[in-house]
Order: sequence, then C-alpha cells, then structure tokens
Amino acid sequence: MAHQPGVAVMEAGALEFRAAEVEDTDERRESRETVGTPFADDPRMTCRDVNVYYGDNHAIKNVSLDIGREQVLAMIGPSGCGKSTFLRALNRMNDTIDGCRMTGEIRLDGQDIYAKDMDVVPLRALVGMVFQKPNPFPKSIFDNIAYGVRIHGLAESKSEIEGIVEHSLKRAGLWEEVNDRLDQPGTGLSGGQQQRLCIARTIAVSPEVILMDEPCSALDPIATAKVEDLINELGQDYTIAIVTHSMQQAARVSQRTAYFHLGDLLEVGPTDQIFTNPIHPLTEDYITGRFG
Amino acid sequence: MGSPSLILALLGLSSVSYYLGWRRSISLAQGAVRNLHSLPGYHGLYTALWAAVPALLLLCIGVTLKGPIVTSIVVSDLPAEVQSLPPERLNLVINDIRNLASGNIASRKSPAMVAAADRYVRLQGYAAIAVTVAVLVLGVFCGAIAWRTIQPGKRARNAVERTILGFLMASSTIAILTTVGIVLSVLFESLRFFQAVPVTDFIFGTEWSPQMAIRADQVGASGAFGAIPLFAGTLLISFIAMVVAVPVGLMSAIYLAEYARPRVRAVVKPLLEVLAGIPTVVYGFFAALTVAPFMRGMGESLGLDVASESAMAAGLVMGVMIIPFVSSLSDDVINAVPQAMRDGAYALGSTRSETIKKVVIPAALPGIVGGVLLAVSRAIGETMIVVMAAGLAANLTANPLKAVTTVTVQIVTLLTGDQEFDSPKTLAAFALGLVLFVVTLGLNVIALQVVRKYREQYE
Ligand SMILES: Nc1ncnc2c1ncn2[C@@H]1O[C@H](COP(=O)(O)OP(=O)(O)O)[C@@H](O)[C@H]1O
Ligand SMILES: [Mg+2]
Repeated sequence: MAHQPGVAVMEAGALEFRAAEVEDTDERRESRETVGTPFADDPRMTCRDVNVYYGDNHAIKNVSLDIGREQVLAMIGPSGCGKSTFLRALNRMNDTIDGCRMTGEIRLDGQDIYAKDMDVVPLRALVGMVFQKPNPFPKSIFDNIAYGVRIHGLAESKSEIEGIVEHSLKRAGLWEEVNDRLDQPGTGLSGGQQQRLCIARTIAVSPEVILMDEPCSALDPIATAKVEDLINELGQDYTIAIVTHSMQQAARVSQRTAYFHLGDLLEVGPTDQIFTNPIHPLTEDYITGRFG
Repeated sequence: MGSPSLILALLGLSSVSYYLGWRRSISLAQGAVRNLHSLPGYHGLYTALWAAVPALLLLCIGVTLKGPIVTSIVVSDLPAEVQSLPPERLNLVINDIRNLASGNIASRKSPAMVAAADRYVRLQGYAAIAVTVAVLVLGVFCGAIAWRTIQPGKRARNAVERTILGFLMASSTIAILTTVGIVLSVLFESLRFFQAVPVTDFIFGTEWSPQMAIRADQVGASGAFGAIPLFAGTLLISFIAMVVAVPVGLMSAIYLAEYARPRVRAVVKPLLEVLAGIPTVVYGFFAALTVAPFMRGMGESLGLDVASESAMAAGLVMGVMIIPFVSSLSDDVINAVPQAMRDGAYALGSTRSETIKKVVIPAALPGIVGGVLLAVSRAIGETMIVVMAAGLAANLTANPLKAVTTVTVQIVTLLTGDQEFDSPKTLAAFALGLVLFVVTLGLNVIALQVVRKYREQYE
C-alpha cells in the first residue's frame, strides 16, 4: 500500500481549505459536536449515540461513528479520553468489566451487536482484539493459535488445524521465524514476535474486524515497524480500528483518523487532512503537541 | 539490685542518653539541622545505643559468671579433706551449702558448712553489687563518651543503621541455629537408634511392635521396628485426605477467584479461613466421636466391616481440615494469573468456563501443584487427628475401612508414659521423626521451588 500521508507535507488543496476555515473562536473551541466526516458510505460497523459509563463516570459521550470496510481507522487523543473504552465497546469486551454500562447502538454489517439475542461468543470471533501488552497464553506457539480454532470448532481434522496455524502465522509474518519451533512456549518469543503471535491468533478465527489497542506501545522501534507493516497489509482484507498515542503511527497505517477528547468524539476525517488541516481547534492543539 | 530492675535502670539511662544526644546535636547544629550529617534522632539513638548495649553485654557476662566464681571461692575456703572429695560427692556438698544459704533443709549440717553458707550468702551479695555498679558505670561511661563525640559531621546514622543490621542478623541467626540444633539432635539420636536396629530392618521391615523388654527377665516382648506399616498408614490417610481436599479446595478456589461477586467473596473467604483456625484437637475428637461411629454405622447397614477407628474417618476429617489450605493457596495462584490472559481468551470468543479450563487453570497449574504438595506435607505431618481417630494397630493394609497407624501416632505413643531415654523404643521416635522431617522438608522444598518458578513467569 503506497498510501503514506506525511504530517509535514502540506498539499496545495489543504492550504486553500485552511484559508476557508472559520477562525479559532471560543465558541468553536467549546463545541463538543463531532466535526468532519464521521460517516462512511459502505460501513462495516456503525455506532450511533454510544454512551459508556463506569458507575457514575461517563467515559464515552454520545459517539456516532462509522468504521469503513477494509479500512484502517486510527483513534487518537489524550490518555484517559476513552479510546480503549470505545474500542472495547465494539466487541463487547466491556461486558467483562463490573459496573460498566452502555447505551446506544452498534451494528456489525447491519446487525445490532447489543441485541438481546446476540451471542458474544461468535461476535468476538468476528471482531477480534489485540492488546497493548502482548498476552500470549502460556502454551506452545502452535496451541496459542489453535486455541481459538478449537473452541469455535473451525477445523474438522488435525491437518486442517495445522493448515490454519500455518496460514495465520504466514499472514502475521511470523512463519519464517518460528516454523521450526512451533512446539515451544509462546511466552519465550521476543515482545514483537509475541505481538505478531497475538495478531496471528486473532486472524486464525477468521475475523472481519480487528481492534488494536496501542499494539506497539510495549515494543521497540524495529518491532514496531514490523507490526506497522503488518497492519498496513492486513488493512487490505480486514477492517481495522487501532488506538494509538503516536501520531506518526496513525499517519503511517490509517486512512481515517478519529480524535477523542474527554469522552467526546471531536473530529473524524481522512488521516492526511486531520494531520494537516484539522477543523476543531482542540484537534489542532493535540496534533501540534500543545497538549497530549 | 536484681537483673530486672537493673535492666529497667539501663532503659532509663538510655532514654536519658537519647534525649541528651538529641539535644547536643541540635545545639551543635546552630539552628539548622541541615548542617548535621545525620538527623538529631540518629544522634540520640547513637548515644542511647552506646549507653545500653555494652552495659547489657556486661550484665549478661556478669550474671553467667557470678555463680561459678562465688562457688569456687567458697569451695577454696572449705577444709582440705572436703576439697579432696571426688567430684560427685563435692557437688553434693555444694548443693547442701546452697540449700543452707537459701534457708532450705540440707541433708548434712556442720559448723563448717554453716560458715560456708554464710560466706556464700555474703559473697553473692557482694557479687550482685559489683555487677550492678560495673554495669551502671559502664553504661554512663560509654554513653558519656558517645555524647562527647557528637559532631555536626559525625556519621551517626551509618553507625545506627549498622547496629540495627547487627541486631537483625543476630535474631535470624538464633532462628537458624535453633533449627540446626534440633535437626542435629534428631540426627544423632537416630544414629544411636540405628546402632541398635539396622537401617534396613527399619526401612524395609513390615512388622512394627516396639514393645521392648525393659528388664532381662521379662518375656514375650522382643521388639520389631519395621516402619513399612507406618509409612503405608500415613500414605493411606494422607491419600484419603487429599482425595477430599484437592477437588473441594480447588473448586471452591475457582469459584471464589473467577465467579464469586466481591460481596460473596468477602463473606465466603473468611468463612473458609475459619476452618483453618479450628484447633486440630477439635477436628480430632470430631473424627473420633462423630465421624468414626457414623462410618461404622453406615458400614454395618451396608454389610461392611468397618473398624471403629478407621483410616477413612481420620482421612476424611483431615481432608476437611486441609480444604482451606488448598483453596486459599490455589485462590492466590489463580488470582496471580494476569487479567491480560483472561482478556486474551475472552477476546477470542471463549466462554467463561473455557477461559478457566483452557487458559487460567493451565497457567496456574504449577502454582496449584506446589500448593497441593504443601498440603500433602501438612497431611503427612498432621498428628492430633490421627492420634485420636486412626488408632494404634500397625496393620499393613490398603483397606481404608481398617484401622491403621501413622508415623506421627507412633512417635506420640513411643514418647508418652515412662521410658528409658536410651532404649531403642524411645530412640525409634527420633528415627521416625527424622524420616518425617526429611519427607516433609523435601516436599516443601520442591513445592516452594515450583511455586517460585511459577511466580517468576509472570513478573
Ligand atoms: N475498568 C475500568 N473501570 C472504571 N473506570 C475505567 C475503567 N477503564 C477505564 N476507566 C475510566 O474511563 C475513562 C477512559 O479510560 P480509557 O478508555 O482507558 O482511556 P484511554 O484508553 O483513552 O486512555 C478514564 O477516566 C478511566 O479512568
Ligand atoms: Mg487506553
């Protein structure tokens, strides 16, 4: 994918756009309405008026957002602004947290994932998740990947499982590095390899959407580059939502970017535009590093 | 002054020294504590320690040496023919003098001895005064010197920290030395036992009847020290106990760690720990008076022959006793499995029970195994329940409905009542104790090793 918008590059069109912008007034600065383009033509997931509460803490406020098909959506914002919370709402991982409530509607391919008769087990196979810290199971590399395949009954035979394991590892770019030691513990790999193992494990259950919560924040720069390449490549076949605190990373891997601020979704737009021509003054403050 | 009041006096002296040292350092600081190398409190402690520690050491020495010195002076003044008595006779005389001195009845009474007793009392008094004076003078002296040496640049803190380290090390040394002492004494007594009874007879013998003839003319008691029936009985009862404790303990741990709401957990966990607080003797009579007759009754109604003191009754109750042990250890271990592991499993679409069965328990398994091994070593060493409920008959059987006996029970019976200290019957207790010690120590070492390995995995 040659789509590599740079933060520093300002296109001529963008400059004109900026000129047309309204000035930075207090009124605009106070506004918590989402500006930009939160909706997509052919969305994989649609979120409408989503609110999430932890007890009395209103962590996500009235967020409406589409996640486009076979696209990478980056979510940025100061820490504590609710990015992880929103991401966990997308595969109902918030269900596992005591005292966490949600209102609003989230649909996957038109189906309401919070509907009464929705079963979270297949949902979480369809909407996979990769965490901040690599968390391979204390099992062999092979079993780490076969785990999901087995619990969902995705394979009829041992050779079919082996095929899925190999395919997933190849997809995650890890096959060359580990194919001679599949029976060794996954916890023995390096941090970057562990994170790619977790991605492979997610791919193995054939998801449509992959959620990633700061997947590179525990990795060194070289491992980060590998995972970013992988995300770029996976973005062609999967719908990906990635939380990141690195704007360079958002620029490198995503096509759309959403800016969260204290529980509000302030701005959504094409990544290159968000980084060159933010509409909301607070987005601009954030990407120019005035706070973070 | 007696030792207790002398110690009180030293405490007073050191508190005064603390205050004086503190004062002096403050006045030397000239209004700015930051001019001092150490805080005033350290200077106070420094002075107090110097006032108390050397004096206390002197007190210990004085108290230990006072008696022997006084005695030897008194003896040297006795008539020559008494001094030339053999040591045991001389000791008797000295005892009489002591008795006379403390106003007790002595077996012999001669003018010379009364005079010696008087001397003894007098010398004791002098010695006490001398020790008191010496201790107090030393305390004041050392305290004063320490006080004089206080300077703004004095490294009082370092000296105090070193002294505290010394105290701590001395305490742990005492604990270690005591353990080593016990082990050595058990070891040596066992070696004496093995001189009378060959090791192979002890370890491989299948007959246990430790009734030795005390006098040569007694008949019918030859003594057999084959410990196999005891080992077998111990293993049988421990096995029954583990069969009860491991599944129940483990499952309650899983419930508490993974399913119970915080409110339920707050009630159930302490309740389980109450079980651990019940004295084993209570479990013991529960086993002997309630469970054993119940088992017997049950057995009768089923047409089974159940001994009134059966391995089953003791094992079941012991299992109940160990449940909280297993559950609380497993609960800790399960809680130590990182939440990230569960999140990873849930995010792949696992149900709760799949997550527990396939991720949490395998991750916690080494720790659980370690906990179970610790529980086994508790079961093997447990005494009270088996003494009360398992019986004394050294049957070699695997039938849990029969009476068996255990290593601990036999140690108790060997050592209760009158006995000679050097008969094999008594020494056998040490040999059994040694076996018990080696086995439980081995189990503990392995278990702790396993648990530690497991902890490292998640750090
Ligand atoms: N498990 C939780 N329980 C209670 N409050 C939480 C929990 N997770 C997050 N929060 C709160 O929700 C808000 C958003 O947190 P989070 O989604 O983790 O932010 P981000 O990922 O953007 O740093 C914060 O105020 C945080 O304190
Ligand atoms: Mg976060």
